Amino acid sequence: MMGLILDGGIALLTIGIAAWTIRAADDFAAVVGFVAYGLVLTLAWTRLGAYDVALTEAAIGGGATGVILMRAGARVKPAPAIRPSKRARIIVGALCAAVAAGLSAIVLLPPQPAPSLALEVREHLASTGLGNPIGGVLMAYRAADTFLETVVVLLALFGVWSLGRDAQWGGRPGPAPRSGDGGALPLFARVLVPAGIVIGIYIVWVGADAPGGKFQGATILAAMAILASMAGLVQAPPTSGRRLRWLLAAGPIVFVGIGLAGIPLAGAFLAYPPGFEKPLILVIEVALTVSLAAMLALIVAGPPEHAP
Amino acid sequence: MADALTLAAIAVLAAVALGLVRVLRGPSRLDRMMAVQLLGSGGVAVLALLAVASGTDAILDVALTLALLAAFASVALARALGNARADGGETGR
Amino acid sequence: MNVLLGLFSTVAIVAGIVFFIAGTVGLLRFPDALTRLHALTKADNLGLGLIVLGLLPYAGSLGAALKLVVIWALVQFAGATVAQMIGALALREHPTSAGRHRR
Repeated sequence: MMGLILDGGIALLTIGIAAWTIRAADDFAAVVGFVAYGLVLTLAWTRLGAYDVALTEAAIGGGATGVILMRAGARVKPAPAIRPSKRARIIVGALCAAVAAGLSAIVLLPPQPAPSLALEVREHLASTGLGNPIGGVLMAYRAADTFLETVVVLLALFGVWSLGRDAQWGGRPGPAPRSGDGGALPLFARVLVPAGIVIGIYIVWVGADAPGGKFQGATILAAMAILASMAGLVQAPPTSGRRLRWLLAAGPIVFVGIGLAGIPLAGAFLAYPPGFEKPLILVIEVALTVSLAAMLALIVAGPPEHAP
Repeated sequence: MADALTLAAIAVLAAVALGLVRVLRGPSRLDRMMAVQLLGSGGVAVLALLAVASGTDAILDVALTLALLAAFASVALARALGNARADGGETGR
Repeated sequence: MNVLLGLFSTVAIVAGIVFFIAGTVGLLRFPDALTRLHALTKADNLGLGLIVLGLLPYAGSLGAALKLVVIWALVQFAGATVAQMIGALALREHPTSAGRHRR
Protein backbone atom coordinates (compact mmCIF):
# COMPACT_ATOMS: atom_id res chain seq x y z
CA MET A 1 0.00 0.00 0.00
CA MET A 2 2.76 2.41 0.99
CA GLY A 3 4.73 1.25 -2.01
CA LEU A 4 1.81 2.03 -4.29
CA ILE A 5 1.50 5.57 -2.94
CA LEU A 6 5.22 6.12 -3.38
CA ASP A 7 5.17 4.79 -6.92
CA GLY A 8 2.16 6.91 -7.79
CA GLY A 9 3.91 9.98 -6.41
CA ILE A 10 7.04 9.28 -8.41
CA ALA A 11 5.01 8.73 -11.58
CA LEU A 12 3.10 11.99 -11.15
CA LEU A 13 6.31 13.85 -10.41
CA THR A 14 8.00 12.44 -13.53
CA ILE A 15 5.16 13.48 -15.81
CA GLY A 16 4.91 16.89 -14.16
CA ILE A 17 8.61 17.66 -14.50
CA ALA A 18 8.66 16.43 -18.10
CA ALA A 19 5.68 18.61 -19.00
CA TRP A 20 7.31 21.63 -17.38
CA THR A 21 10.68 21.04 -19.03
CA ILE A 22 9.11 20.93 -22.49
CA ARG A 23 7.58 24.34 -21.91
CA ALA A 24 10.49 25.87 -20.03
CA ALA A 25 11.13 29.53 -20.63
CA ASP A 26 14.83 29.44 -21.49
CA ASP A 27 17.78 27.14 -21.97
CA PHE A 28 18.97 27.18 -18.38
CA ALA A 29 15.50 26.40 -17.04
CA ALA A 30 15.19 23.53 -19.50
CA VAL A 31 18.54 22.05 -18.46
CA VAL A 32 17.62 22.35 -14.79
CA GLY A 33 14.32 20.66 -15.52
CA PHE A 34 16.13 17.89 -17.39
CA VAL A 35 18.47 17.26 -14.44
CA ALA A 36 15.48 17.12 -12.11
CA TYR A 37 13.82 14.71 -14.52
CA GLY A 38 16.87 12.46 -14.41
CA LEU A 39 16.82 12.48 -10.61
CA VAL A 40 13.19 11.42 -10.43
CA LEU A 41 13.68 8.82 -13.15
CA THR A 42 16.44 7.31 -11.00
CA LEU A 43 13.89 6.85 -8.24
CA ALA A 44 11.49 5.26 -10.71
CA TRP A 45 14.06 2.75 -11.97
CA THR A 46 14.98 1.90 -8.38
CA ARG A 47 11.38 1.18 -7.51
CA LEU A 48 11.13 -1.05 -10.58
CA GLY A 49 14.05 -3.09 -9.30
CA ALA A 50 16.26 -2.16 -12.27
CA TYR A 51 19.26 -1.11 -10.19
CA ASP A 52 21.80 -1.17 -13.02
CA VAL A 53 19.60 1.14 -15.07
CA ALA A 54 19.04 3.34 -12.01
CA LEU A 55 22.81 3.62 -11.59
CA THR A 56 23.23 4.62 -15.24
CA GLU A 57 20.38 7.12 -15.00
CA ALA A 58 21.85 8.68 -11.87
CA ALA A 59 25.29 8.93 -13.42
CA ILE A 60 24.55 9.90 -17.01
CA GLY A 61 21.02 11.26 -16.92
CA GLY A 62 21.28 13.15 -13.67
CA GLY A 63 24.80 14.42 -13.87
CA ALA A 64 26.75 14.15 -17.08
CA THR A 65 24.03 14.99 -19.62
CA GLY A 66 22.96 18.07 -17.68
CA VAL A 67 26.49 19.43 -17.78
CA ILE A 68 26.89 18.58 -21.48
CA LEU A 69 23.64 20.38 -22.31
CA MET A 70 24.63 23.35 -20.17
CA ARG A 71 27.96 23.76 -21.90
CA ALA A 72 26.47 23.23 -25.34
CA GLY A 73 23.83 25.85 -24.56
CA ALA A 74 26.49 28.31 -23.46
CA ARG A 75 28.18 27.92 -26.84
CA VAL A 76 25.12 28.61 -28.93
CA LYS A 77 24.19 32.19 -29.73
CA PRO A 78 20.92 33.09 -28.07
CA ALA A 79 18.19 32.73 -30.66
CA PRO A 80 14.48 33.42 -30.46
CA ALA A 81 12.53 30.36 -29.42
CA ILE A 82 10.91 28.49 -32.28
CA ARG A 83 7.23 27.97 -31.68
CA PRO A 84 5.84 25.18 -33.88
CA SER A 85 2.48 25.69 -35.56
CA LYS A 86 -0.65 24.46 -33.84
CA ARG A 87 -1.18 21.77 -36.46
CA ALA A 88 2.35 20.45 -35.98
CA ARG A 89 1.88 20.33 -32.25
CA ILE A 90 -1.38 18.39 -32.54
CA ILE A 91 0.16 15.84 -34.91
CA VAL A 92 3.20 15.36 -32.67
CA GLY A 93 0.96 15.08 -29.63
CA ALA A 94 -1.16 12.43 -31.33
CA LEU A 95 1.94 10.44 -32.33
CA CYS A 96 3.33 10.60 -28.79
CA ALA A 97 0.00 9.47 -27.38
CA ALA A 98 -0.06 6.57 -29.83
CA VAL A 99 3.45 5.47 -28.83
CA ALA A 100 2.58 5.75 -25.14
CA ALA A 101 -0.61 3.74 -25.67
CA GLY A 102 1.30 1.08 -27.59
CA LEU A 103 3.98 0.74 -24.93
CA SER A 104 1.38 0.62 -22.17
CA ALA A 105 -0.47 -2.14 -24.01
CA ILE A 106 2.71 -4.18 -24.36
CA VAL A 107 3.61 -3.80 -20.69
CA LEU A 108 0.15 -4.17 -19.18
CA LEU A 109 -1.30 -6.81 -21.51
CA PRO A 110 1.57 -9.08 -22.51
CA PRO A 111 0.79 -12.36 -24.26
CA GLN A 112 0.56 -15.19 -21.76
CA PRO A 113 3.13 -16.49 -21.04
CA ALA A 114 5.16 -13.32 -21.62
CA PRO A 115 8.12 -14.00 -23.92
CA SER A 116 11.36 -13.62 -22.06
CA LEU A 117 14.89 -14.94 -22.17
CA ALA A 118 15.42 -14.38 -18.46
CA LEU A 119 15.35 -18.10 -17.64
CA GLU A 120 18.00 -18.96 -20.23
CA VAL A 121 20.14 -16.06 -19.05
CA ARG A 122 20.06 -17.31 -15.49
CA GLU A 123 20.66 -20.92 -16.51
CA HIS A 124 23.91 -20.22 -18.32
CA LEU A 125 25.15 -17.39 -16.09
CA ALA A 126 27.42 -19.69 -14.10
CA SER A 127 29.45 -20.52 -17.21
CA THR A 128 30.29 -16.84 -17.72
CA GLY A 129 31.85 -16.58 -14.29
CA LEU A 130 29.72 -13.55 -13.47
CA GLY A 131 27.04 -13.19 -10.83
CA ASN A 132 25.23 -10.22 -12.28
CA PRO A 133 22.86 -11.23 -15.10
CA ILE A 134 23.08 -7.74 -16.61
CA GLY A 135 26.83 -8.07 -16.74
CA GLY A 136 26.41 -11.47 -18.33
CA VAL A 137 24.21 -10.04 -21.06
CA LEU A 138 26.50 -7.08 -21.67
CA MET A 139 29.81 -8.91 -21.67
CA ALA A 140 29.03 -12.45 -22.78
CA TYR A 141 25.70 -12.97 -24.50
CA ARG A 142 25.62 -9.65 -26.35
CA ALA A 143 29.23 -8.57 -26.14
CA ALA A 144 29.17 -7.40 -29.75
CA ASP A 145 26.50 -4.83 -28.82
CA THR A 146 28.68 -3.48 -26.03
CA PHE A 147 31.62 -3.22 -28.39
CA LEU A 148 29.59 -1.30 -30.93
CA GLU A 149 28.22 1.01 -28.24
CA THR A 150 31.75 1.87 -27.21
CA VAL A 151 32.63 2.69 -30.81
CA VAL A 152 29.51 4.87 -31.03
CA VAL A 153 30.68 6.88 -28.02
CA LEU A 154 34.05 7.28 -29.71
CA LEU A 155 32.37 8.50 -32.89
CA ALA A 156 30.31 10.93 -30.82
CA LEU A 157 33.58 12.25 -29.44
CA PHE A 158 34.88 12.80 -32.97
CA GLY A 159 31.67 14.64 -33.71
CA VAL A 160 32.21 16.90 -30.71
CA TRP A 161 35.81 17.55 -31.73
CA SER A 162 34.72 18.44 -35.24
CA LEU A 163 32.65 21.31 -33.84
CA GLY A 164 35.77 23.28 -33.01
CA ARG A 165 37.38 25.71 -35.37
CA ASP A 166 39.82 24.39 -37.95
CA ALA A 167 42.66 26.43 -36.51
CA GLN A 168 42.13 24.86 -33.12
CA TRP A 169 41.96 21.21 -34.16
CA GLY A 170 44.14 19.19 -31.85
CA GLY A 171 44.24 21.87 -29.17
CA ARG A 172 43.12 21.73 -25.59
CA PRO A 173 39.39 21.55 -24.99
CA GLY A 174 37.35 23.68 -22.69
CA PRO A 175 37.44 27.32 -21.71
CA ALA A 176 40.01 28.61 -19.25
CA PRO A 177 38.78 28.11 -15.71
CA ARG A 178 37.44 31.30 -14.24
CA SER A 179 36.49 32.11 -10.73
CA GLY A 180 34.60 34.71 -8.77
CA ASP A 181 32.37 32.16 -7.16
CA GLY A 182 33.90 31.98 -3.75
CA GLY A 183 36.98 29.86 -4.24
CA ALA A 184 35.36 26.83 -2.67
CA LEU A 185 35.81 24.74 -5.78
CA PRO A 186 39.54 23.85 -5.55
CA LEU A 187 39.19 22.52 -2.01
CA PHE A 188 36.09 20.60 -3.00
CA ALA A 189 37.87 19.06 -5.96
CA ARG A 190 40.98 18.20 -3.96
CA VAL A 191 38.96 16.17 -1.47
CA LEU A 192 36.32 14.77 -3.76
CA VAL A 193 38.31 13.66 -6.80
CA PRO A 194 40.37 10.97 -5.04
CA ALA A 195 37.28 9.73 -3.21
CA GLY A 196 35.29 9.78 -6.44
CA ILE A 197 37.95 7.77 -8.24
CA VAL A 198 37.81 5.12 -5.54
CA ILE A 199 34.03 5.03 -5.72
CA GLY A 200 34.13 4.81 -9.52
CA ILE A 201 36.50 1.86 -9.46
CA TYR A 202 34.37 0.25 -6.78
CA ILE A 203 31.25 0.53 -8.93
CA VAL A 204 33.06 -1.08 -11.87
CA TRP A 205 34.36 -3.86 -9.64
CA VAL A 206 31.08 -4.62 -7.91
CA GLY A 207 29.34 -4.82 -11.27
CA ALA A 208 30.55 -8.38 -11.73
CA ASP A 209 28.19 -9.79 -9.13
CA ALA A 210 25.84 -6.95 -8.17
CA PRO A 211 24.39 -3.91 -9.91
CA GLY A 212 27.15 -1.77 -11.28
CA GLY A 213 29.51 -1.98 -14.19
CA LYS A 214 31.82 -0.10 -16.44
CA PHE A 215 29.49 2.51 -17.96
CA GLN A 216 28.43 3.80 -14.58
CA GLY A 217 31.93 3.63 -13.13
CA ALA A 218 33.43 5.29 -16.20
CA THR A 219 30.92 8.13 -15.92
CA ILE A 220 31.91 8.69 -12.31
CA LEU A 221 35.59 8.75 -13.28
CA ALA A 222 34.85 11.15 -16.14
CA ALA A 223 32.92 13.46 -13.80
CA MET A 224 35.89 13.53 -11.44
CA ALA A 225 38.22 14.43 -14.30
CA ILE A 226 35.91 17.28 -15.33
CA LEU A 227 35.70 18.43 -11.73
CA ALA A 228 39.47 18.54 -11.44
CA SER A 229 39.66 20.53 -14.66
CA MET A 230 36.90 22.96 -13.58
CA ALA A 231 38.69 23.62 -10.32
CA GLY A 232 41.88 24.40 -12.17
CA LEU A 233 43.72 21.46 -10.60
CA VAL A 234 44.62 19.88 -13.92
CA GLN A 235 44.79 21.24 -17.40
CA ALA A 236 42.90 19.50 -20.14
CA PRO A 237 45.32 17.58 -22.35
CA PRO A 238 45.64 18.57 -26.01
CA THR A 239 43.36 16.42 -28.12
CA SER A 240 46.17 15.64 -30.51
CA GLY A 241 48.27 14.12 -27.72
CA ARG A 242 49.52 10.64 -28.53
CA ARG A 243 48.99 9.26 -25.05
CA LEU A 244 45.45 10.55 -24.98
CA ARG A 245 44.62 8.95 -28.30
CA TRP A 246 46.06 5.61 -27.23
CA LEU A 247 43.98 5.85 -24.07
CA LEU A 248 40.85 6.38 -26.12
CA ALA A 249 41.64 3.57 -28.50
CA ALA A 250 42.72 1.07 -25.83
CA GLY A 251 39.23 -0.11 -24.96
CA PRO A 252 37.96 -0.87 -28.46
CA ILE A 253 41.34 -2.33 -29.51
CA VAL A 254 41.46 -4.74 -26.57
CA PHE A 255 37.84 -5.68 -27.17
CA VAL A 256 38.42 -6.38 -30.85
CA GLY A 257 41.67 -8.17 -30.12
CA ILE A 258 40.09 -10.57 -27.66
CA GLY A 259 37.13 -10.94 -29.97
CA LEU A 260 39.27 -11.91 -32.94
CA ALA A 261 41.33 -14.24 -30.75
CA GLY A 262 38.09 -15.97 -29.94
CA ILE A 263 37.72 -17.17 -33.51
CA PRO A 264 40.61 -19.63 -33.49
CA LEU A 265 40.45 -20.34 -29.76
CA ALA A 266 36.73 -20.80 -29.20
CA GLY A 267 35.07 -20.91 -32.56
CA ALA A 268 33.36 -17.52 -32.92
CA PHE A 269 34.02 -13.79 -32.75
CA LEU A 270 33.94 -12.69 -29.11
CA ALA A 271 33.58 -16.25 -27.87
CA TYR A 272 35.59 -16.88 -24.72
CA PRO A 273 37.60 -20.10 -24.36
CA PRO A 274 36.09 -22.13 -21.50
CA GLY A 275 37.78 -21.51 -18.17
CA PHE A 276 39.11 -18.12 -19.25
CA GLU A 277 35.84 -16.19 -19.29
CA LYS A 278 36.23 -14.26 -16.05
CA PRO A 279 39.82 -13.08 -16.57
CA LEU A 280 39.18 -12.11 -20.20
CA ILE A 281 36.01 -10.24 -19.28
CA LEU A 282 37.95 -8.50 -16.55
CA VAL A 283 40.69 -7.37 -18.95
CA ILE A 284 38.07 -6.05 -21.39
CA GLU A 285 36.24 -4.26 -18.60
CA VAL A 286 39.36 -2.53 -17.30
CA ALA A 287 40.37 -1.37 -20.77
CA LEU A 288 36.85 -0.23 -21.55
CA THR A 289 36.49 1.62 -18.27
CA VAL A 290 39.64 3.61 -18.90
CA SER A 291 38.69 4.41 -22.48
CA LEU A 292 35.06 5.21 -21.73
CA ALA A 293 36.06 7.51 -18.86
CA ALA A 294 38.40 9.38 -21.19
CA MET A 295 35.76 9.53 -23.94
CA LEU A 296 33.02 10.79 -21.65
CA ALA A 297 35.30 13.34 -19.99
CA LEU A 298 36.35 14.69 -23.38
CA ILE A 299 32.76 14.80 -24.63
CA VAL A 300 31.82 16.93 -21.63
CA ALA A 301 34.95 19.05 -22.06
CA GLY A 302 33.84 19.97 -25.53
CA PRO A 303 35.60 20.87 -28.74
CA PRO A 304 39.17 22.21 -28.69
CA GLU A 305 39.21 25.89 -27.88
CA HIS A 306 42.90 26.70 -27.77
CA ALA A 307 45.17 26.27 -30.78
CA PRO A 308 47.67 23.43 -30.27
CA MET B 1 9.13 -1.33 9.74
CA ALA B 2 9.51 -1.40 6.00
CA ASP B 3 6.13 0.32 5.70
CA ALA B 4 7.12 3.02 8.15
CA LEU B 5 10.34 3.70 6.25
CA THR B 6 8.44 3.82 2.96
CA LEU B 7 6.07 6.30 4.54
CA ALA B 8 9.07 8.39 5.55
CA ALA B 9 10.30 8.20 1.94
CA ILE B 10 6.91 9.45 0.72
CA ALA B 11 7.09 12.33 3.19
CA VAL B 12 10.58 13.39 2.06
CA LEU B 13 9.64 13.09 -1.62
CA ALA B 14 6.51 15.16 -1.11
CA ALA B 15 8.49 17.82 0.74
CA VAL B 16 11.17 18.27 -1.93
CA ALA B 17 8.64 17.92 -4.76
CA LEU B 18 6.81 20.92 -3.32
CA GLY B 19 10.11 22.75 -3.43
CA LEU B 20 10.08 22.27 -7.20
CA VAL B 21 7.51 25.05 -7.28
CA ARG B 22 10.54 27.27 -6.85
CA VAL B 23 11.87 25.84 -10.13
CA LEU B 24 8.60 26.87 -11.73
CA ARG B 25 8.50 30.37 -10.32
CA GLY B 26 12.16 31.32 -10.31
CA PRO B 27 12.52 34.24 -10.59
CA SER B 28 16.25 33.94 -10.94
CA ARG B 29 18.33 31.05 -12.23
CA LEU B 30 19.87 30.70 -8.79
CA ASP B 31 16.47 29.86 -7.36
CA ARG B 32 15.85 27.15 -9.92
CA MET B 33 19.25 25.67 -9.23
CA MET B 34 18.62 25.59 -5.50
CA ALA B 35 15.33 23.78 -5.96
CA VAL B 36 17.07 21.07 -7.98
CA GLN B 37 19.79 20.81 -5.36
CA LEU B 38 17.06 20.21 -2.80
CA LEU B 39 15.53 17.56 -5.03
CA GLY B 40 18.93 15.89 -5.27
CA SER B 41 19.43 15.66 -1.51
CA GLY B 42 15.85 14.54 -1.08
CA GLY B 43 16.32 11.88 -3.71
CA VAL B 44 19.38 10.54 -1.91
CA ALA B 45 17.40 10.48 1.36
CA VAL B 46 14.55 8.61 -0.34
CA LEU B 47 16.97 6.05 -1.77
CA ALA B 48 18.64 5.54 1.62
CA LEU B 49 15.25 4.96 3.23
CA LEU B 50 14.23 2.53 0.49
CA ALA B 51 17.53 0.68 0.76
CA VAL B 52 17.07 -0.03 4.46
CA ALA B 53 13.35 -0.69 4.03
CA SER B 54 13.95 -3.43 1.48
CA GLY B 55 17.34 -4.56 2.76
CA THR B 56 18.82 -4.11 -0.72
CA ASP B 57 22.38 -2.87 -0.58
CA ALA B 58 22.40 -2.15 -4.32
CA ILE B 59 20.11 0.83 -3.71
CA LEU B 60 22.82 2.32 -1.50
CA ASP B 61 25.18 2.16 -4.48
CA VAL B 62 22.58 4.05 -6.52
CA ALA B 63 22.33 6.63 -3.72
CA LEU B 64 26.11 6.96 -3.63
CA THR B 65 26.33 7.50 -7.39
CA LEU B 66 23.43 9.94 -7.29
CA ALA B 67 25.03 11.93 -4.49
CA LEU B 68 28.33 12.08 -6.36
CA LEU B 69 26.93 13.06 -9.74
CA ALA B 70 24.31 15.44 -8.38
CA ALA B 71 27.10 17.22 -6.53
CA PHE B 72 29.09 17.37 -9.75
CA ALA B 73 26.11 18.69 -11.72
CA SER B 74 25.27 21.34 -9.11
CA VAL B 75 28.83 22.57 -9.00
CA ALA B 76 29.07 22.64 -12.79
CA LEU B 77 25.78 24.54 -13.09
CA ALA B 78 26.89 27.05 -10.44
CA ARG B 79 30.18 27.55 -12.27
CA ALA B 80 28.34 27.99 -15.57
CA LEU B 81 26.11 30.60 -13.93
CA GLY B 82 29.19 32.37 -12.63
CA ASN B 83 30.76 32.39 -16.09
CA ALA B 84 27.59 33.69 -17.69
CA ARG B 85 27.47 36.44 -15.09
CA ALA B 86 31.10 37.38 -15.66
CA ASP B 87 30.44 37.53 -19.39
CA GLY B 88 27.98 40.32 -18.84
CA GLY B 89 24.88 38.21 -18.75
CA GLU B 90 22.95 37.97 -15.56
CA THR B 91 21.74 35.23 -13.31
CA GLY B 92 18.26 36.59 -13.62
CA ARG B 93 15.34 35.34 -15.66
CA MET C 1 17.72 -2.29 23.74
CA ASN C 2 15.82 -2.85 20.52
CA VAL C 3 13.01 -0.65 21.72
CA LEU C 4 15.49 2.11 22.55
CA LEU C 5 17.11 1.80 19.11
CA GLY C 6 13.73 1.90 17.45
CA LEU C 7 12.78 4.98 19.41
CA PHE C 8 16.06 6.69 18.55
CA SER C 9 15.64 5.88 14.86
CA THR C 10 12.08 7.10 14.79
CA VAL C 11 12.98 10.39 16.44
CA ALA C 12 15.96 10.93 14.16
CA ILE C 13 14.10 10.14 10.94
CA VAL C 14 11.09 12.26 11.89
CA ALA C 15 13.41 15.13 12.77
CA GLY C 16 15.11 14.70 9.39
CA ILE C 17 11.76 14.88 7.62
CA VAL C 18 10.91 18.02 9.59
CA PHE C 19 14.11 19.65 8.35
CA PHE C 20 13.34 18.70 4.77
CA ILE C 21 9.91 20.25 5.11
CA ALA C 22 11.49 23.32 6.70
CA GLY C 23 13.87 23.51 3.75
CA THR C 24 11.00 23.47 1.27
CA VAL C 25 9.00 26.01 3.22
CA GLY C 26 12.03 28.27 3.42
CA LEU C 27 12.73 27.86 -0.28
CA LEU C 28 9.19 28.83 -1.13
CA ARG C 29 8.53 31.58 1.36
CA PHE C 30 11.79 33.44 1.98
CA PRO C 31 12.16 36.72 0.13
CA ASP C 32 15.45 36.39 -1.74
CA ALA C 33 18.14 34.05 -2.95
CA LEU C 34 20.43 34.35 0.06
CA THR C 35 17.77 33.58 2.63
CA ARG C 36 16.48 30.71 0.51
CA LEU C 37 20.01 29.38 0.39
CA HIS C 38 19.99 29.35 4.17
CA ALA C 39 16.89 27.16 4.16
CA LEU C 40 18.33 24.89 1.50
CA THR C 41 21.51 24.17 3.42
CA LYS C 42 19.59 23.21 6.52
CA ALA C 43 17.64 20.61 4.56
CA ASP C 44 20.79 19.36 2.84
CA ASN C 45 22.85 18.96 5.98
CA LEU C 46 20.49 18.29 8.83
CA GLY C 47 17.66 16.72 6.89
CA LEU C 48 19.76 14.05 5.23
CA GLY C 49 22.11 13.80 8.22
CA LEU C 50 19.38 12.98 10.70
CA ILE C 51 17.77 10.49 8.36
CA VAL C 52 21.08 8.72 7.82
CA LEU C 53 21.67 8.73 11.57
CA GLY C 54 18.29 7.15 12.13
CA LEU C 55 18.96 4.49 9.49
CA LEU C 56 22.41 3.50 10.76
CA PRO C 57 21.23 1.03 13.44
CA TYR C 58 19.21 -0.84 10.78
CA ALA C 59 21.82 -0.79 8.06
CA GLY C 60 22.19 -4.56 8.03
CA SER C 61 25.93 -4.82 7.55
CA LEU C 62 29.09 -2.87 8.26
CA GLY C 63 29.54 -2.17 4.56
CA ALA C 64 26.05 -0.72 4.28
CA ALA C 65 26.55 1.44 7.37
CA LEU C 66 29.84 2.67 5.95
CA LYS C 67 28.16 3.54 2.66
CA LEU C 68 25.49 5.51 4.52
CA VAL C 69 28.15 7.52 6.31
CA VAL C 70 30.06 8.14 3.08
CA ILE C 71 26.84 9.30 1.40
CA TRP C 72 26.20 11.67 4.29
CA ALA C 73 29.71 13.09 4.17
CA LEU C 74 29.48 13.49 0.40
CA VAL C 75 26.20 15.38 0.44
CA GLN C 76 27.40 17.54 3.33
CA PHE C 77 30.58 18.51 1.57
CA ALA C 78 28.91 19.07 -1.78
CA GLY C 79 26.12 21.07 -0.16
CA ALA C 80 28.61 23.28 1.62
CA THR C 81 30.59 23.92 -1.56
CA VAL C 82 27.54 24.68 -3.69
CA ALA C 83 26.23 26.95 -0.92
CA GLN C 84 29.50 28.91 -1.01
CA MET C 85 29.31 29.25 -4.78
CA ILE C 86 25.64 30.23 -4.83
CA GLY C 87 26.25 32.63 -1.97
CA ALA C 88 29.06 34.37 -3.82
CA LEU C 89 26.92 34.60 -6.94
CA ALA C 90 23.91 35.94 -5.03
CA LEU C 91 26.05 38.51 -3.24
CA ARG C 92 27.41 39.79 -6.52
CA GLU C 93 23.85 40.28 -7.74
CA HIS C 94 22.48 42.02 -4.70
CA PRO C 95 25.30 43.23 -2.49
CA THR C 96 24.07 43.42 1.08
CA SER C 97 25.71 45.54 3.75
CA ALA C 98 27.43 42.44 5.09
CA GLY C 99 28.83 41.74 1.64
CA ARG C 100 30.15 45.24 1.29
CA HIS C 101 31.98 45.10 4.60
CA ARG C 102 33.84 42.00 3.46
CA ARG C 103 35.46 43.73 0.51
